[in-house]
Amino acid sequence: MPAPKRAKTSTWATKSGLAQMLKGGVIMDVVNPAEAKIAEEAGAVAVMALERVPSDIRRDGGVARMSDPDMIKGIQAAVSIPVMAKARIGHESEARILEALDVDYIDESEVLTPADDRYHLNKHDFKVPFVCGCKDLGEALRRINEGAAMMRTKGEAGTGNIVEAVRHIRTVSEEIAALKGQSEKRLRAAAKEMRVPYELVKLTVKAGRLPVVNFVAGGIATPADAALSMWLGADGVFVGSGIFKAKKPAKTAAAIVQATTHWKNAAILAEVSAGLGEAMKGIEMRTIPEGERLSKRGW
Amino acid sequence: MNVSPSAAGNTVAKRHIAPIIGVLAVQGDFAEHIRMLESLGVEGREVRLPADLDGVSGLVLPGGESTAMRKLLHRWDLVKPIKALAKRGAPILGTCAGAILLATKIADGDEPVLSLLDVEVRRNAFGRQLESFETSLVMEGLGNEGRSRTIQAVFIRAPEIVKVGPSARAVATLEDGRIVAARQGRILGIAFHPEITGETGVHRWLVAEATAALG
Repeated sequence: MPAPKRAKTSTWATKSGLAQMLKGGVIMDVVNPAEAKIAEEAGAVAVMALERVPSDIRRDGGVARMSDPDMIKGIQAAVSIPVMAKARIGHESEARILEALDVDYIDESEVLTPADDRYHLNKHDFKVPFVCGCKDLGEALRRINEGAAMMRTKGEAGTGNIVEAVRHIRTVSEEIAALKGQSEKRLRAAAKEMRVPYELVKLTVKAGRLPVVNFVAGGIATPADAALSMWLGADGVFVGSGIFKAKKPAKTAAAIVQATTHWKNAAILAEVSAGLGEAMKGIEMRTIPEGERLSKRGW
Repeated sequence: MNVSPSAAGNTVAKRHIAPIIGVLAVQGDFAEHIRMLESLGVEGREVRLPADLDGVSGLVLPGGESTAMRKLLHRWDLVKPIKALAKRGAPILGTCAGAILLATKIADGDEPVLSLLDVEVRRNAFGRQLESFETSLVMEGLGNEGRSRTIQAVFIRAPEIVKVGPSARAVATLEDGRIVAARQGRILGIAFHPEITGETGVHRWLVAEATAALG
């Protein structure tokens, strides 16, 4: 039975609130109902339904688009945890379709091929909440200003290489720290540079963190990678190719969940990291030409 | 040392009446609960392993994904020590996913986890995220001397209490009569999130009960 008649739905509290409930958890990319069940069984807090995981998108090339609605519905029917799905940057119609499918969150994602090279969606216009990627503070605040109720640092999706993810979360933290204690004049200048309202900068600096939940994404392949992300201040982690491209997906998924909870406890990390077999192969960053880096998408 | 007896007495008494409240921190919005407790001048302690429960005199089971929390509770053998804590008379507050963990019955198949609150709950009872909502409701036991009070409540993919057993009592309902909070002695399960609206009444209740339980 739906919400009571006089209740207010799709408020900022309900949109940003769902992200708060996902904190300390792992959101896993899945491409079919069977994988979604493995993810739920491992303790994922949500799944991201998509047709190909980022490493396959990278390998196959071509244009990557929103997934087939039937596939998303199949995954929704298979699990009881939240189901997220990706729309192309700026693709209003894909996002409206996903909203009509009643997905729990839309990821306006650089992993798909952008539909608009100038504008991201006005996410305030939607009832469904959005998560967006960022690689620095300005990008994060622009997305939040457009209505994103959750952020994720981008990393470099599909590489199994954590180095970009580390760079991005550290950049966000350092840029916030650098504004701490600065004059109003300096904050106003920073807001202008970042093309966001001064009030949003002020709020962020006062809180000492982004004003919405912020996960780390892009390159997490092992339990230790997840723990490192938490160590650097992540509220939780997205794992894409890292699970179903590993030798033992179910065991790797469960181990990454444990590592995200017990990120401070090295003895537990040692225990859950053992016996997972080979992780996904991974790509060294310097072998990826600048033009093929997914994290560069977004404006 | 020149310490007056009354001052020394105060120190002991103070240590006695300031309870430490554990907050289950395996997953979910535990930080918001700890912030609420701190705003009331009470220490909130993250609980991830059984040893973290030593010395706590009350517990919060936060919002989060109950399927994930359930697995982490079992994996780290937290079920027994939490039940033992309840048996010793410590109050336990479960919000949303936390209320699901407390229930004696979960509709549509899932095994109960802690079975400390005599209710049947249905997960995601209102639907998916687009049916998450905010509303005001009347909750018993929050006003002066335990009277009812109207509060603002946020429900996120929330459960509903579909049946209240003989040992428990409904303490909050929606305008359409659906039950969203129930209490059994010092165990309180609610389907919404006072920790994200800044409604302190529920946490005040928890701290008062923990203090009373300490004697």
